[in-house]
Amino acid sequence: MLAALLASAAASPSFDYLLTALVLVPAAGALVLCLMSAQRPELVRQVAFLVAALTGLLSIALLVKFQQADGDFQFVQSWTWIKDYGIGWKLGVDGISLFLVVLTGVLFPIAILAVLPEHDSKPYYGWLLLLQAASMGVFLALDLFMFFVFFELVLVPMYFLIGKWGHGNRTYAALKFFLYTMFGSAIMLVGMVVLVVLTQRATGGAITFDLRTLANEQALSTQTARAVFCAFALAFAIKVPIFPLHTWLPDAHTEAPTAGSVILAGVMLKLGTYGFLRFGLYLFPEAARWAAPMFLILGVVGILYGSVVATMQKDLKRLVAYSSVAHLGFIVLGSFALNRQGITGAIVQMVNHGLSTGALFLLVGMIYERRHTRMIAELNGLQKAAPLMAAAFTVVMLSSIGVPGLNGFVGEFLILNGTFTAHRWYAVVAALGVILAALYLLWAYQRTFHGTAQSVENERFKDLNFREGGILAVFIVGIVFLGVYPKPMIDRIEPSVGRLIAHIEQKSDTFTAPEVQSGTEVELSGKAGSKEPGKVLAVVILSGKKAGAEELTAALEAAETQADGHGAEGHTEEEK
Amino acid sequence: MSLLAQASEVAVSTPSVDWWGVMPLLLLAAPAMVLLHASSLLPRVWRGFYTGVTIAIATVAAGFALGLWSRVMDPDRGPFSTLGGAFGVDGFSVFVTVLLCVSVILAALLADGYLKREGLEGAELYVLLLLSASGGVIMASANDLIVMFLGLEILSLAVYVLAASHLRRFASQEAGMKYFVLGAFSSAFFLYGIAMTYGATGSTSLIGIRTFLVENTLLDNSLLLAGLAMLLVGFGFKVAAVPFHSWTPDVYQGSPSPVVAYMASGVKVAGFAGLLRVFYVAFSSERTEWQPIVYILAVATLLGGALLAVVQTDVKRMMAYSSIAHAGFILLGVQAASSEGTGAALFYLAAYTFMVAGSFAVISVVSRKGDAHSSLEDFKGLSARNPLLAAAFSVMLLAQAGVPLTSGFFAKFGVIMAAVESRSYWLALVAMGSAVIGAFVYLRIIVAMYMSDDHADLGVGPDSDAGEEAALGVPATVWAAIAITVGVTLLVGVFPGLITGLARDAVPVLVRAAS
Repeated sequence: MLAALLASAAASPSFDYLLTALVLVPAAGALVLCLMSAQRPELVRQVAFLVAALTGLLSIALLVKFQQADGDFQFVQSWTWIKDYGIGWKLGVDGISLFLVVLTGVLFPIAILAVLPEHDSKPYYGWLLLLQAASMGVFLALDLFMFFVFFELVLVPMYFLIGKWGHGNRTYAALKFFLYTMFGSAIMLVGMVVLVVLTQRATGGAITFDLRTLANEQALSTQTARAVFCAFALAFAIKVPIFPLHTWLPDAHTEAPTAGSVILAGVMLKLGTYGFLRFGLYLFPEAARWAAPMFLILGVVGILYGSVVATMQKDLKRLVAYSSVAHLGFIVLGSFALNRQGITGAIVQMVNHGLSTGALFLLVGMIYERRHTRMIAELNGLQKAAPLMAAAFTVVMLSSIGVPGLNGFVGEFLILNGTFTAHRWYAVVAALGVILAALYLLWAYQRTFHGTAQSVENERFKDLNFREGGILAVFIVGIVFLGVYPKPMIDRIEPSVGRLIAHIEQKSDTFTAPEVQSGTEVELSGKAGSKEPGKVLAVVILSGKKAGAEELTAALEAAETQADGHGAEGHTEEEK
Repeated sequence: MSLLAQASEVAVSTPSVDWWGVMPLLLLAAPAMVLLHASSLLPRVWRGFYTGVTIAIATVAAGFALGLWSRVMDPDRGPFSTLGGAFGVDGFSVFVTVLLCVSVILAALLADGYLKREGLEGAELYVLLLLSASGGVIMASANDLIVMFLGLEILSLAVYVLAASHLRRFASQEAGMKYFVLGAFSSAFFLYGIAMTYGATGSTSLIGIRTFLVENTLLDNSLLLAGLAMLLVGFGFKVAAVPFHSWTPDVYQGSPSPVVAYMASGVKVAGFAGLLRVFYVAFSSERTEWQPIVYILAVATLLGGALLAVVQTDVKRMMAYSSIAHAGFILLGVQAASSEGTGAALFYLAAYTFMVAGSFAVISVVSRKGDAHSSLEDFKGLSARNPLLAAAFSVMLLAQAGVPLTSGFFAKFGVIMAAVESRSYWLALVAMGSAVIGAFVYLRIIVAMYMSDDHADLGVGPDSDAGEEAALGVPATVWAAIAITVGVTLLVGVFPGLITGLARDAVPVLVRAAS
């Protein structure tokens, strides 16, 4: 069966099964590895690389075949999985997920090629391939249950990768990572079930976990929708991670093996930010709007906090880990700007962060392989011994800082631009983060690469070999290309973002009917209605417009009339 | 068999007996008796023979039960009762019967190697397993509280002896004694509950109780509530719900591992079967009275089990507390008091039967002679000593933690779904919180197996009294049990539809007297 799937994936000219293949090819590869002999690590490695690379090629085929102007889901597949619960194997890709899928496809073979495990290579590659399959599943799922399965499944391979092949305090880091994330997803599962059950109760149809059905036909009262959104948001906030739920990240990133760090930074941190866009905003537009101020604040705090803490780090890898906290703050900021530029920027920045931070982790890993230390204080003057590495480090670092001409700039500019139009002051404060990024990265670079080597090891530091140079070249090409000519990427992202924005505007302006179940619930939603003016007011104030008195009163009046409308609705419900 | 045939011919004046309906029960109990007597005549060397016979008996009984499935699911024929309406056969009882047979088969597979290793006599253990399972079948099919009590006692007495069946191990004797004393206590509660229910409703038959409660409104229902509470205590003890759980860790730790596998699966299944039948069916009109109590019981069980598991250092005790937490999850399904809830509880029980049997298969092997090595230390470096065993145990543990693509995940998902459908949102949240705490426990064991830092002494166990024991001889029957449990856990994890449909159809109904 697996062979047949593989064959159909490779040979199928119709591309109908492309998305299924993207998930199943690496999963099948992991199974094949299980059956192979551990005595031949070289062969295992080759097979693992081939499978990951095949998946990468499939993802590139997807990129080529993707209809640029179409913002809807493409290559959609939908099969019944568990009939009793309305759960299906539903896959689809749109502009929001497309580049994350490609990133997942490309980063894994690179990570496999770049880093050799220190021991037990068979399970190591097996877990990596399973991780690739699960990550693909998360980005492609159009069914909530399926999404959850993959979202949770991602934990297991990563847990083993950190715990078994990591450094130093690895078991602690692995456990912390697993439990933190599992806590979030446990809450999300309850939220998901509440959403599904209440929607089914309100519509009276069959129970379904289908994302699009739930987004379009959802009929939760405002209050419930907000509560369920919070359940989802908690899971995603932990996964991103958003300050103050970030504490698992530095440990996990630092103790993970190099390939694990690359994947963690490149792919896994995107699961949370992607979740916000695909499930948070899409399913709960009104609640997302309601919660946006909080996320904007947390995003800005994350940017500043991550940057400041990164500056203080003595360990190069930990520094890069904290820089991720800052970068992800930008992505959160852009996502919750809730406008076209902001969200497009957030998606672009997800890819950029994957490239630049992934490459940074690779470089730190290379340094560690040579010197067996990551302490900045023990590294100095490497530039003289390793000019090529220094050059690569410079480009990647500048991309991470967001220097114009490299990819980081494009994303950050779009995000700041989008945030500025919506909420001016957040953007102003967040822009400080760019300066701080320059501070911590340049300072670290200066201490590590400049000056004269203080020890024999640093003097004899080996430069990049052919393989390492080639791998870094892939990253640098991507970084420069997307920095100079981001248009093809943005063209593919924008239509889907436009659809999402339209969906948010359409759904969050209309007050969804409260569930007609009992007197108390009608009363509850009535209360929710009466809270509307406060919200509108908050939005007006927070939007940063110098709202004149007239504008304010106008907004208030509008809100009141709206609230009256709800009150009337509530009454009619009660009368029924 | 000729006797049976004769009986069915003459059964005219006495209460009608539907022999096909009681066949699974008879097929478990009667051959067990024959086996007991035969074992005293057969030479000792035939130990492996008993395992085969037990498995064959359980398989045949399960086969007959499955034969009944199509009959009770047939809309024209439907569920029926027999033996004067005291014994009901519906989808629920068939499902539970099959589950009990499965847990007997798995326990028997583990018992073979265990008895050889410990140098114990054979047949009694198998006989008691079969008898206990027959008690469970009675509980699942009981249509009368007295019959329920009979089933409970048959089930329990056999298990008390099973717990103490390792003659040379003090801990095993202690476990048997503890279990017996506390179990007898809880049986007394149960009996009181029956008496009070009878006092309140004037009947011990489930049909009578339900009819009475539906047709009458009690002005003072304190006697009924007291009866309900007592019955709940009795069942709570059997399924190890907090605060009636205190026997669990000691008994699990002391009893022979194959017996624990049966206790955690079979006894729990039977206990929940009785609980569901009495509360969901007979007392369904009083659900607003008992639902809050079960709610509190579920919260206490979920949190108590998970939190107490965290502080354990012995893997068997961890599993004991985790089995308590699992009981809490199943109580979620009971609390929902809906067909979805019951279906979810049955699915959970089915999934858990395999998970726990597989777990104790590994624990039994690792704890070696005398069950002496079951601390977390003994699991250190298992991945190096026996990678396959460690991998199987990991699958079981991850399934118990509720990781997707294992049956454990879908089991949890089902009960959460049922809880949310009955609007118990906070209970669902508590349950998932308990799942996270539980995950910590399971991960600790995985850490010990895979990530222990002392790579140096991996070849030898921490207690290297005997070099050959470190190699961990795994009998073929145990491998078979592990293969079955891992296979089912993963298969059902990927295709839960295989069981969800059956579990949904297996909702207990009130079986009216034979028409």
